Amino acid sequence: MAADDPTAAGLDELTARFEATIAANERIEPRDWMPDGYRQTLIRQIAQHAHSEIIGMQPEANWITRAPSLLRKAILLAKVQDEAGHGLYLYAAAETLGVSRAELFELLHNRKQKYSSIFNYPTLTWADVGAIGWLVDGAAITNQVPLCRCSYGPYARAMIRICKEESFHQRQGFDILYRLSHGTPAQHEMAQDAVNRWWWPSLMMFGPPDDQSPHTAQSMAWGIKRFTNDELRQKFVDMIVPQAAVLGLTLPDPQLRWNPERGHYDFGPIDWSEFYRVISGGGPCNEQRLRHRIEAYTAGAWVREAAAAYAAKHGQRTAA
Amino acid sequence: MTTDPLLFTYTLRLGDDALILAQRLSEWASRAPEIEEDIALTNIALDLLGQARVLLDYAGKVEGAGRDEDDLAYLRTEPEFLNVHLVEQENGDFAHTIARQLFFSTYQLALYEELISSKDDVLAGVAAKGVKEAAYHRDHAQQWTLRLGDGTEESHRRMQAAVDRFWPFTPELFESDEVTRALAARGIGVDPSVLRPRWEQAIDDVLREATLRKPELIWASYGGRRGVHTECFGYLLAEMQYLHRLHPDASW
Repeated sequence: MAADDPTAAGLDELTARFEATIAANERIEPRDWMPDGYRQTLIRQIAQHAHSEIIGMQPEANWITRAPSLLRKAILLAKVQDEAGHGLYLYAAAETLGVSRAELFELLHNRKQKYSSIFNYPTLTWADVGAIGWLVDGAAITNQVPLCRCSYGPYARAMIRICKEESFHQRQGFDILYRLSHGTPAQHEMAQDAVNRWWWPSLMMFGPPDDQSPHTAQSMAWGIKRFTNDELRQKFVDMIVPQAAVLGLTLPDPQLRWNPERGHYDFGPIDWSEFYRVISGGGPCNEQRLRHRIEAYTAGAWVREAAAAYAAKHGQRTAA
Repeated sequence: MTTDPLLFTYTLRLGDDALILAQRLSEWASRAPEIEEDIALTNIALDLLGQARVLLDYAGKVEGAGRDEDDLAYLRTEPEFLNVHLVEQENGDFAHTIARQLFFSTYQLALYEELISSKDDVLAGVAAKGVKEAAYHRDHAQQWTLRLGDGTEESHRRMQAAVDRFWPFTPELFESDEVTRALAARGIGVDPSVLRPRWEQAIDDVLREATLRKPELIWASYGGRRGVHTECFGYLLAEMQYLHRLHPDASW
């Protein structure tokens, strides 16, 4: 079969076919030939996306047992459950590229793969749960909606399912903040404080500015990325500013104002030194998040071994 | 709605069992041995919380004093909670959580199967929906009891330790008193003592298949139905209630 032809002529033909598929806006599927760089980029991106869902359960799970009403508790439980489900979809999508979930866990646990910088910030009050829904999930959606048209089929299809649920989460976060903002003075203050703490980290979720983002050009050429980091960040700001007005909350940026010439909101400079410090392990919760994850995984080893041993004895599929 | 103190107490007991176990299970979120189990445990927690909300809302209406589900969940003190001791026990390791769930879900499934024919529409409705949920919870706990009991040496040891640990909390599930007897006589509630043979049969079967030993009953823990709890319960309530209590005028 041509797909396995190792000769240069064969490779040229495969590359041409791959590029034609991308140019026609069609999907690359797991059995299709793809350049190794494309495969590696996708593995890295999907895995880090999956890790973000799994690590991202922690800051919100932190408040399930303390949620202030039974309705809010139920909504938060369902949300954290959705995140675990998103992690599963994404690990499954990554597995179609020839890596196993266990390998990816190992890369996460050994700090060889990252997760979103945002989850290295602590949830200090109930309002943080609202701010995460509104700002963090809002930023995630802005990032992820274009991925529904990503050139790699399994990733694009996972994103379609995930984006539906994320939009719902964002509305729920908005709703939490709205109730707080329009509640007692103490609740309003709690909401404003949370937005003050989560605003800049949310803007950092889009990654470094375009002139410092080395992978962007290649990812856009491959149809993995559809917009640059700065374009997405601007879309997010333009979406959030009017929502903040409805909430009755301010965003902690004195330079934030409408620019009629650009047709966009201008905003102040991001502290990129903080961003680079956090993604290199120096954020307030990096150590705690990874330790929590490794401890859960390690403490569960005997359970996974039991499931495998039982399956071996009883001739069933292994659980791991 | 007319007040009915016995029905209030009975409904509260069922609601508190579900609420407190949901609270314990939700402590597992982000800590499970597998992502699939994170989903399963939070799913069970969510089912139980859903049952608790309907039951507490109804208890408030039966009581007729204007208390809603949140008043009942967040503003009662330890002696006012009427859940069994089993559900308030700490999670322990995964085997402990599974043993607690196996014992409780097997009981709750039998209870709901009977309660479906309650003359009280709300209780019958909760039971009709809950019976499907409890069947799933029981199946999940049973499958894990088999895997842990008949898995590795370590998992067998841990599963046996968990079964032994929670065994003394099981007789309370079947304790009957004037409340349950009176409501059973009215065709509204179930006298839990009638559920015991079915529960014992099911548990015996699972333990045997899981190569586990049925423990001897050396002591039994009673008191939850009267508001007398175990030491760990106050901490659970302190965590669950603190924010709500801190903002008495707030809505969320």
